Amino acid sequence: MREPPERRDRRRGLGPAGWFGAAVALAVLATAALSLVWTPHDPSVMAVAEKLRGPSATHPLGTDHFGRDTLSQLMAGARVSIAVSLIAVGLGAGLGVPLGLLAAARRGWVDEAVMRFNDLAFAFPVLLTAVLITALLGPGAVNAILAIALFNIPVFARVTRGAALGIWTRPFIQAARLAGRGRVRISLDHVLPNIGGTLIVQGTIQVALAILAEAGLSYLGLGSQPPDISWGRMLNESQTFLFLAPRLALLPGLAIVVTVLGLNLLGDALRDRLDPRLGRPREDA
Amino acid sequence: MAWFLARRAMALAITLLAASLVVFCVLEVLPGDPALLILGTGAREDTLAALRASMGLDRPAWERYLDWVGGLMTGHLANSLTYDVPVLALLAPRLAVSGPLALMALTLAVALAVPLGVLAAARRGRATDTAVMGLSQLGVAVPNFWLGLLLVLVFAVGLRWLPAGGFPGWEAGAGPALAALALPTVALALPQAAILARVTRSAVLEVLGEDYMRTARAKGLSHAEALWRHGLRNALIPVVTIMGLQFSFLLAGTIIIETVFTLPGVGRLIVQAIGQRDLVVVRDLVVLLAATVGVVNFLVDLSYAVLDPRLRQGGAGGRDA
Repeated sequence: MREPPERRDRRRGLGPAGWFGAAVALAVLATAALSLVWTPHDPSVMAVAEKLRGPSATHPLGTDHFGRDTLSQLMAGARVSIAVSLIAVGLGAGLGVPLGLLAAARRGWVDEAVMRFNDLAFAFPVLLTAVLITALLGPGAVNAILAIALFNIPVFARVTRGAALGIWTRPFIQAARLAGRGRVRISLDHVLPNIGGTLIVQGTIQVALAILAEAGLSYLGLGSQPPDISWGRMLNESQTFLFLAPRLALLPGLAIVVTVLGLNLLGDALRDRLDPRLGRPREDA
Repeated sequence: MAWFLARRAMALAITLLAASLVVFCVLEVLPGDPALLILGTGAREDTLAALRASMGLDRPAWERYLDWVGGLMTGHLANSLTYDVPVLALLAPRLAVSGPLALMALTLAVALAVPLGVLAAARRGRATDTAVMGLSQLGVAVPNFWLGLLLVLVFAVGLRWLPAGGFPGWEAGAGPALAALALPTVALALPQAAILARVTRSAVLEVLGEDYMRTARAKGLSHAEALWRHGLRNALIPVVTIMGLQFSFLLAGTIIIETVFTLPGVGRLIVQAIGQRDLVVVRDLVVLLAATVGVVNFLVDLSYAVLDPRLRQGGAGGRDA
């Protein structure tokens, strides 16, 4: 639904938007990694005398209501946002992709069962799932991961099934079947490599969605808890000081927007390059 | 078509039943005793036992499940653990806030997205198209609650045109009530509009390449006439489908937007109920929201029949929309 069907003019490279997206994604990853070993200040050390300071030489982006350095917090926040999103999407794909492959390989009642499970899962939006999970286990980053992962399983199952069904009709699959290979082997050796592009594209977009979801959960107080820092939590805490220091609400939001925008642009550009459904079928692999 | 809808209705019923079962089981394994929650840890054991009995907690789980589902279907919901009033009584005034909010947001999103999407498709590759698609990319990336904060900064803190939050109630008159819902509506609608505009554009582009559009042009209709009379109707099916799928996000969005603007809606009720561990309210609301999503998507299926006469004449239709 993101891709206008007319874009058949497949580029060789990623295009400017795609490169911008790739650069943003890399920069956020690098920042998150850097925050593991270095931030300008300790992001959780409070210095009440320094509270709500504007940007200065020591605090390039100012401080919050506890005097914590905003730049350091943004860096540490990137780490939580990225980690939660990547793990959640990874878990979702790890369960959803095999389900989709299975549904496409076996058809029949297995297919029907997987698709009905999908319908059920789609009836619960991610925030509702998270609400249930936090009611069950209490709020926290791990439970946010669980909620976002649960939401991702049906997405990946559906995308995988759709793409895999297309591959199963291809001659080289018939050949493999004639050669006596089992459905599981064919799924792993021939179907999966051919839908890899589609899955990477979907994965990029899902990570972007996961970042938004994590931010939303943390904003509601259902995601990562203090003293952990995430962009959503920063926004939650900034709201009290919206009049005094609008900067505190603007910066984490900008970080989210730029990251999500970058991932979406990268996803679109990758789809132009990798998605076999959009152009000529790839006969390699 | 009747067969198609009957199958869909069955699927909806089964999905809802399964959803209620999942919610019930999930909450059933929860640690924590509602009676202890109400009476406090200092309560005497016989008082606790009496309350448990009066709440029916001493009966087997399947009996309580059947009671609960039966109650949901007949509108007899149990009492909230914190307020000791029926959940329906809690829900009604909240719905008077969330319902209008969701409907206004949906209307605004469609009113913005469909014309912009059609415009972008008609001007494909030109500056208008690039601008609309750029804005839509941006809109998809903006979290709705952050947009809400920005709107508060500009229109409440800066310009002082609209309230920053709270809700005066409909009894204060439509004017103040609508003013309180204005910023939340926009915050909820714009990210939705961004997605819908993209879908509309690509749906219209797809339609523009169809043979019947060439026929329409060949029989003398102008480009705009052909698009209006033949193109838009055909393009609407994917748009309506995505609208249905987006509706659950819209509902979930109200949960978070109501928190940003401190609106006394259904979403805030859920968040508060979790905070108070009022599991009766949580389970009822979660199932009701899932049911709303299911019903909306059923209505979307119904609307296909209106939009596409072929489906009325017995085609089964694609199931993987």
